[in-house]
Amino acid sequence: MKHMTKLLAIIFTITVLSACSDNDPDVINEEELITTLRVTLTPQVGGSAITLEYQDLDGDGPNEPVVSVSGDLRSNTVYDGSIEVLNETEDPAEDITAEIREEDEEHQFFFSLAPEIGSITYDDEDSNNNPIGLSFEMTTISPFATPVSGTLVITLRHEPNKTATGVQDGDITNAGGETDISATFTVTIDNPR
Amino acid sequence: MKNYIAVFFCLIVSYGFSQDCTYTLQGKIIDFHDGSIIEGATVYLKNTQKFTATNATGKFSFTNLCESSYVLVISHIGCKTMEREINLKTDFYGTFTLEHHSEELEEVTVVGKSTSKKSNSLAEARLSKKTLERYSSGSLGDALKEVSGVSSINTGNAIVKPMIHGLHSSRIVIVNNGVRLQDQEWGIEHAPNVDINSAESISVIKGAGALAYASDAVGGAIVLNAKKPVLVDSLYGKTLMGFQDNGRAYNISSSLTKNYANGWFFQTNGSYKRFGDYKAPDYYLTNTGSESYAFSLEGGFKSFERGWNIFVSSVHNEIGILRASHIGAIQDLVNAINAPEPLIQDEFSYQINFPKQEVNHLILKAQYYQRFESLGKLTVQYDFQENNRLEFDRRRGDNRFKPAVDLNLTTHSFTSDFLFDSNNDWKIKTGGLFRFQKNFPDPATEVRRLIPDYNKVEVGFYTTVKHQFSDNWSFDAGFRYDFAFNNVKKFYLTSRWETLGYDVLFPHLIIRDEGTQVLVNPKLTFHNVAFSAGAVHNLTDTEKILVNYTYAKRPPNISELFSDGLHHAAARIELGDLQFEPESSNRFSLSYQVQKNKFSLEADGYVNSINNYIFLMPTGAEQTIRGSFPVWNYRQVNAIFAGIDLSTEFLFSDNWKYTMRTSYIYGQDKKNNIPIIDMPPFQIRNSIGYTNKKWSNFSSTIESEWIGKQTRFPNFNFLQYIPELDREVLVDISTPPNAYHLVHLRNSINLNWFTKTNTKLSFNIQNIFNTSYRNYLNRLRYFANEVGRTFQIQLKITY
Repeated sequence: MKHMTKLLAIIFTITVLSACSDNDPDVINEEELITTLRVTLTPQVGGSAITLEYQDLDGDGPNEPVVSVSGDLRSNTVYDGSIEVLNETEDPAEDITAEIREEDEEHQFFFSLAPEIGSITYDDEDSNNNPIGLSFEMTTISPFATPVSGTLVITLRHEPNKTATGVQDGDITNAGGETDISATFTVTIDNPR
Repeated sequence: MKNYIAVFFCLIVSYGFSQDCTYTLQGKIIDFHDGSIIEGATVYLKNTQKFTATNATGKFSFTNLCESSYVLVISHIGCKTMEREINLKTDFYGTFTLEHHSEELEEVTVVGKSTSKKSNSLAEARLSKKTLERYSSGSLGDALKEVSGVSSINTGNAIVKPMIHGLHSSRIVIVNNGVRLQDQEWGIEHAPNVDINSAESISVIKGAGALAYASDAVGGAIVLNAKKPVLVDSLYGKTLMGFQDNGRAYNISSSLTKNYANGWFFQTNGSYKRFGDYKAPDYYLTNTGSESYAFSLEGGFKSFERGWNIFVSSVHNEIGILRASHIGAIQDLVNAINAPEPLIQDEFSYQINFPKQEVNHLILKAQYYQRFESLGKLTVQYDFQENNRLEFDRRRGDNRFKPAVDLNLTTHSFTSDFLFDSNNDWKIKTGGLFRFQKNFPDPATEVRRLIPDYNKVEVGFYTTVKHQFSDNWSFDAGFRYDFAFNNVKKFYLTSRWETLGYDVLFPHLIIRDEGTQVLVNPKLTFHNVAFSAGAVHNLTDTEKILVNYTYAKRPPNISELFSDGLHHAAARIELGDLQFEPESSNRFSLSYQVQKNKFSLEADGYVNSINNYIFLMPTGAEQTIRGSFPVWNYRQVNAIFAGIDLSTEFLFSDNWKYTMRTSYIYGQDKKNNIPIIDMPPFQIRNSIGYTNKKWSNFSSTIESEWIGKQTRFPNFNFLQYIPELDREVLVDISTPPNAYHLVHLRNSINLNWFTKTNTKLSFNIQNIFNTSYRNYLNRLRYFANEVGRTFQIQLKITY
């Protein structure tokens, strides 16, 4: 019993010590976190660009991503598309686009645009002459009536199989790999003819 | 927990009848500690010229004996030569247990004639050295499947976690040479860090009643027993070498033991295993290679009155994770489930690429015991463990070669117990525990911590009593109390903290606000009480019944409390709950055992009612930039588990043997009235073996393994909108794979190449028919088939 009392005394000492002697852990702000996908569509004929943004500042946290589309598309127009990928939890925001460009063989964007809006083709290549998708061309159609709305889904795959059937043409079906971004925008064609 | 020190002595349990000089005297010699067969023991009939030695099945035989009284002299390496008188009146058969020393009697509770057990009234199984040698290249989880009622939950082929009666991970305690393993055991993809080559035998205790080990092992205990030193001048060793075609794997394991008659002893063990990519029948399982090495050293001094020993063990495992199983979002999982073959396949390679795990586990132990005259024995022990777990993921940029998980778990344990054994009918053991544990997740990973920083203090004490009431009745009871204090510091995403409602429930826990994240400091205290009571009744000399009731509690583990994010491999968000209560288990078990010369049978039935059973279930979905993920919350419900294990062995003749093992388990969530997930399906293993000692101990066994389809499963399938497809898809994560039947062949033969060494050659074929199948209890079953046909060859040399 005497031993037990001693033991308990030691235990409580250690408990108390362990409870207060520790330094607090440092916060980790994940560098690799992707919070934002920003797509800029610039009409080749000139005019103001349209920005599509998909922003999820809490990463895998519960908050829903915020989607914004700065304006409507014009019909029968060719747009130069460019993509920026950011980590906006850092200050200043970290540009992940550069990283993707450096490791372009391991990344590919896939575009799924509603046919009632138009079509998209790749406008860039990695060192193996496979598409990346950081630059692309989007061609809108001439709808029977405006406005018309449809979805644009942009997916970024890390380590896809770029040589699988259809992948070079932008078909995601056989791409495999790991999804880093999956963003859905609703776009509208509405302009005076 | 003092079973690593011991000595041999011999004990005889037998009886006989009468006739002329035509009688035979036969027997079998087994190890008292683990019931394993003792080969090569010398048996001598005193005052005759008759000598013999036991064969590979531990048997010996004398023929043409007269009706007389004989003195049987049994000796074996390291055993004090023992004499026994047998009054021969008829053909005689007896089982003889070799034992180290009388000291051993108090270390294990002896029940019946031939088994030494860690518990009294609980069903218990033991894997002998011989069985373990067969699994020399495998893992603990693989070997334990030899025990009916034990299955495993796997992540691929190399990460195999034992499961007892449907319970695994934190619900099972693993004790390695007297040290309770502390190795982040809560995780399904965290295999126990032990080297089975260092174990002399393994005991599996089904149920929580082994209170000397823990109070929280509601599933049971797995005890790896170390080799016991013997007080005889001796030096011996063993080397096992193996090769298998599937995975082009090779392994070597070697051990050396040196004992001195004056009490000093020294033993060492080392092993190395290397696997390349496994192959399923139709394709390579890319990135399933692994590399392991382990080393252990034990030395000390022992005598009857006192002794000490020091034990050091280091285990390193590097395990590749199936490349195709690495996914980022739910659409990737859908693709994988729908693909008939893994989406990433490559040629064979030994290379272990990302994703992979690298785990190092170190144990240091020092133990001392002192015996007090007419009172008992005191044992004190200190052990230190360090577990470092690195998990590497497919990452981008500068972080490419950094681990995504880096956990460092250090544990100091002081244990002490006193055994009162001066009264033969009453054995009382009482002991205490003090443990300090610290987990440090290294922030250098630059990934939010999976498991938070914490310090944990545990204090416990227990008493177990065993009473031999009469020849046919023995009773046991135990009580244990454990106190645990956890001081946790964790960062939550502010958005998560608020969504979980913790900002209202626990605003006082916040010690720092970083804007998007908050640092919280929960201090959690758990009181754990467990008790157990049981009885063993010998119905006849060959039959007995075991009855046991155990109440045990398990505090929620660190991941059940603190999980708060995306589990990449499962493509789901997993959320713990700070408010969890401990699980409490009421378990009743009944066993019936028959042990005859040619026939043995064991049937174990149990009902385990667990209140506040913690498990993961889907509760909704969340949208992130990666896409939508299902959210799985840890939940507590009242659950019931019931089942039966059956194993039997029948000897047709000296040469032919039939064995059968089967088990069935029923698990039900009583609140939602649905089956519990991940319950092993009905299974049956039959084998027929032929052994002929005249043909250099040739032995051949064919085994059939039939695993049914689990029909009782909770339907957690869900509909998921996949934007790329622009439609909803049913994500079938619940439906178990079909039943499968596998056939295996095992052969072995002794090669008497050298006079002073024994050489044994084994040749095995696993999955002879190259059957393609998937295993319900493999978490990578969505991605690939299991391993196909495997040829194995193994050479064992003892010297």
